[in-house]
Amino acid sequence: MRRIISILLENEPGALSRVIGLFSQRGYNIETLNVAPTEDETLSRLTLTTTGDDKTMEQITKQLNKLVDVVKLVDLTEGAHIERDMMLIKVRASGQMRDEIKRTTDIFRGQIVDVGPNTYTIQLTGTGEKLDSFVAAMAEADILEVVRSGVAGIARGEKVLRL
Amino acid sequence: MELLSGGEMIARALEDEGVEYLFGYPGGAVLHIYDALFKTSKVPHVLVRHEQAATHAADGYARATGKPGVVLVTSGPGATNAITGIATAYMDSIPMVVLSGQVASHLIGEDAFQETDMVGISRPIVKHSFMIRRAEDIPATIKKAFHIATSGRPGPVVIDIPKDCTRPDEKFEYHYPDAVKLRSYSPAQRGHTGQIRKAAKLLLGAKRPIIYSGGGVIMGESSELLTALARKLNYPVTNTLMGLGAYPATDRQFLGMLGMHGFYEANMAMHHSDVILAVGARFDDRVTNTVGKFCPGAKIIHIDIDPTSISKTVAADIPIVGPVQSVLQDLMEIIDNLQEKEPQLPDATALGRWWQQIEEWRGKHGLWTGRRYGESDRIMPQQVIESLYRTTKGDAYVTSDVGQHQMFAAQYYKFDKPRRWINSGGLGTMGFGLPAAMGVKLAFPDMEVACVTGEGSIQMNIQELSTCTQYNTPIKIINLRNNYLGMVKQWQDMQYEGRYAMSTYEDSLPDFVKLVEAYGHVGMLVTKLEDLDRCMDEAFAMKDKLVFLDIFIDPMEHVYPMHVAPNGAMKDMWLSKNERT
Repeated sequence: MRRIISILLENEPGALSRVIGLFSQRGYNIETLNVAPTEDETLSRLTLTTTGDDKTMEQITKQLNKLVDVVKLVDLTEGAHIERDMMLIKVRASGQMRDEIKRTTDIFRGQIVDVGPNTYTIQLTGTGEKLDSFVAAMAEADILEVVRSGVAGIARGEKVLRL
Repeated sequence: MELLSGGEMIARALEDEGVEYLFGYPGGAVLHIYDALFKTSKVPHVLVRHEQAATHAADGYARATGKPGVVLVTSGPGATNAITGIATAYMDSIPMVVLSGQVASHLIGEDAFQETDMVGISRPIVKHSFMIRRAEDIPATIKKAFHIATSGRPGPVVIDIPKDCTRPDEKFEYHYPDAVKLRSYSPAQRGHTGQIRKAAKLLLGAKRPIIYSGGGVIMGESSELLTALARKLNYPVTNTLMGLGAYPATDRQFLGMLGMHGFYEANMAMHHSDVILAVGARFDDRVTNTVGKFCPGAKIIHIDIDPTSISKTVAADIPIVGPVQSVLQDLMEIIDNLQEKEPQLPDATALGRWWQQIEEWRGKHGLWTGRRYGESDRIMPQQVIESLYRTTKGDAYVTSDVGQHQMFAAQYYKFDKPRRWINSGGLGTMGFGLPAAMGVKLAFPDMEVACVTGEGSIQMNIQELSTCTQYNTPIKIINLRNNYLGMVKQWQDMQYEGRYAMSTYEDSLPDFVKLVEAYGHVGMLVTKLEDLDRCMDEAFAMKDKLVFLDIFIDPMEHVYPMHVAPNGAMKDMWLSKNERT
């Protein structure tokens, strides 16, 4: 089962490598990884998606909590939550494909953020699934480059992850 | 406030932390620190002959005393040489602080001379690590390191120190903090009362109970409590390799070690039990055999300070996270209360039948099956351990290396006290025994310290014989010499039709007697059974001499019992070369 784990991490050199190292060391998967500073400069917020059965997930969360640099952790998939992945996709856009790509982008509520004589760069935000669907819808087009931020997530309602 | 350089702050902080011995080896990146130690420090430094030995000696010291072992090594090869010892301590949860030198900050990342990414290399085998960025952070970082290394589930902590942070011409205000608070680190202080209550009920309702205790009981200073609990309930006890000595081995209720080379009655009782109280043990694969077949009828109560140890391999029915000591105290109290209300618990008839069954197992096989006494005129390895036990009256500190001799020592030396049995259980590090014995002897100069080893293991850190000369550590080395890598040979006998792939030395072994004499020690060769006890006595009578007993044993002997693997259960054992359960 796919899980989204969100972590408040000490903003210390080497802290990220401890999290990543744990996954490779113990044979767990990381499917996406997103990490950036927070409003509190001593903390980073890290969101990762992983898969595993309940036993594996229990071990992953316990092992992560054991890391001294992990301040707090939540498995977002345990409750209602919002997840967002951001994609920038550069496609060949010439001739009649130019209109077609524009239409599909509108349908997905994406934005064309860079226009070249023969290329479009489209920005699209949503769940991982939505981004996958967009890439599939672009099958006719010539995709030149895809970059995704990895999933960032937050719980719905009153629930917060903070100190 | 006093002004000190980075190097001086390190020396002073170690003093303020109450460090008794510093095991180390100087080199370029730590010369400022060594100079500060030389000028100011009251902490004695032990110069080893290889950094691996520094970590093992600190480790042996820590296991015997319960205090953290402290190591100082230089950057690059000094740091990498320490890695095996750090991993050894990590696997067995031993408190240790390793200070490693690093090239100057401005050189980091430039592949400077003797540069290595120590924090990176050691990351998977430390409880935590620090890289010093500013000299003024040194005292607080050292305090944090000791706090993390010794609290919760103990473990090694590395502090990597760039050379410029220790320079003598830059001084800082020195203040060593009394306490430390880390927002992201707070090991459990108490177990959950509701869980402990459930555990007490399950335990009292058991008909075929067994207490399975591990190294956590020793690390958690809870041997007396565990013993009191077991005696109060009259429940049988088995110890892991790491837990030997937590319950007195000479006691009737002790079933011996369990696991791959565990006692027959211990493994049988585990397999047939209905309630297992696991305390400070981690269901290691050398204990459980095939996890899917592990103790099919048992409900499991698992007490451990480390939540990741619980339900990692075998699922616990009642998990209790907390320090063994406080949990056992709470458990005892709740059991007292429950027994006041229901004095008929536990069921004496059922327990009587259980003990009868256990005695039957004990009588049938015990540990003795497979011993080939009398079949040859050679000395059997088990007899050597029995002789050691007799000579030292069961009261020595015994370190060991890794292999057959380790298992024989674990099986035949009956440890009645915690912290007496010192071996590399988790990592299985050959070369551990001699330096560890050195560390133990420095901590307890008036106690007998024996290192049980083999000619394979001893050669992995034999250079430390020189350190023993320098610091006068008159340990006794018991070399079970069979001219093979014995455990490798045993597996090759059992699973590879006796093809001894690279497990013999041919004629290359040194004359160990001459070798130890060259280092200034005493060597004794023992080849006949009739000489064994006398030589053992003579060796231990030389109180101020390191004596190396090179004892020729029967090379064909195997360690039994031995779990049948793969796909065996706890109860599936080889009892001798041609007899299995």
